[in-house]
Amino acid sequence: MISLTSPVRTRAHGWPAGAKLLGLCVASVVLFAAPYLAFQIAAALAVWVAYALPGWLFFWYGVRRIWPLWPFVVLLLIWHLFTAGVGEGAVIALRMVTAVALANLVTMITSLEAMMAVISRLLRPFARLGVNLRAIELAAAMVIRFTPVLADKGTALSLAWRARSRRRAGWRVIVPFMVLALDDADHVAEALRARGGIGLDNKI
Amino acid sequence: MSTERNVAQIALFTALIAALGLIPQLTLAFGVPVTAQSLGIMLCGTVLGARRGGLAALLFVALVALGLPLLSGGRGGLGLFSPSSPTVGFLVGFPVSAFCTGLITERLRRLPTAPAAGIAAVIGGICVLYAFGIVGMSVALERSLGEAALLVTAFIPGDMIKAVLAGLITAALYRARPDSVWSRA
Repeated sequence: MISLTSPVRTRAHGWPAGAKLLGLCVASVVLFAAPYLAFQIAAALAVWVAYALPGWLFFWYGVRRIWPLWPFVVLLLIWHLFTAGVGEGAVIALRMVTAVALANLVTMITSLEAMMAVISRLLRPFARLGVNLRAIELAAAMVIRFTPVLADKGTALSLAWRARSRRRAGWRVIVPFMVLALDDADHVAEALRARGGIGLDNKI
Repeated sequence: MSTERNVAQIALFTALIAALGLIPQLTLAFGVPVTAQSLGIMLCGTVLGARRGGLAALLFVALVALGLPLLSGGRGGLGLFSPSSPTVGFLVGFPVSAFCTGLITERLRRLPTAPAAGIAAVIGGICVLYAFGIVGMSVALERSLGEAALLVTAFIPGDMIKAVLAGLITAALYRARPDSVWSRA
């Protein structure tokens, strides 16, 4: 499965993921704490300059990711036009776009493996409390592997439906779809046990 | 019950929620897509029960945050979890919603499966989820809770239909694979 990390390599890909996440937290708090139009415009400019640095492809990818927010921007501006004034609406809309764009940026410049490593590190103290880390890592890997498999099976089911009926496959196709998934889960569990199991006998 | 079966069912259900998002979506007003994905969250609870269902939804949300495009329309990443993202409340609410749906389905064991799962889906999958969603939206857009609630009312009829479907699907699944419907086990 394709993750949302940018295929355009940047220098920031090599920075430590933990530091990038911490920086994002701090930046989000600052953006919330400073409701001044000039500051928000400056922050927005800074973020979009950062997007433009690795090149146009990277920039457009970032714009495409932020695009679904446009109805909210329009809504905020119209709302404030009739109430408190456009200035305040612009601050909230700018902050929304900047904060979300910044978070998307961190996703784009951090590989999935690096993110997973941060999560594993954060979860390690919980292992003592009985949290089975191997089970969590295995479950994450299985989701990545099985999402395309199940999507293919779902598509095959709706095609089979279409072959027999003139109407489109609706919710009824979900039942056999889920039966397939539950049966797959049983087969996978058996296969895991046959290969020695997850090892730790901690219940998750 | 082996750990392997637990893990496999949670992982496969998480993959199922993601796969349901690949069914073509209808986007109503305000850009919040109406998909089979929220149906997937309801089904987590009504089928797997509180603990497993909640964990499956939690795994789903965590993988979306890590940058996997598992949400409908191939969306994902940290941007959706920024406190400024209008839909952040719904994402954060998914695991709680699945947990509550599961808990209620388990508690309503005296009722037949379809109404029990349907009622649980309405309370857990709609009331609880929208409570989170509305708070998130009111923070992101700096609107009052009432105004934020007004913005999402358009989606409630669609979700009511999904809750009914969740009940019917869970009942059908219980007939097909009684051993796998943990909320009834």
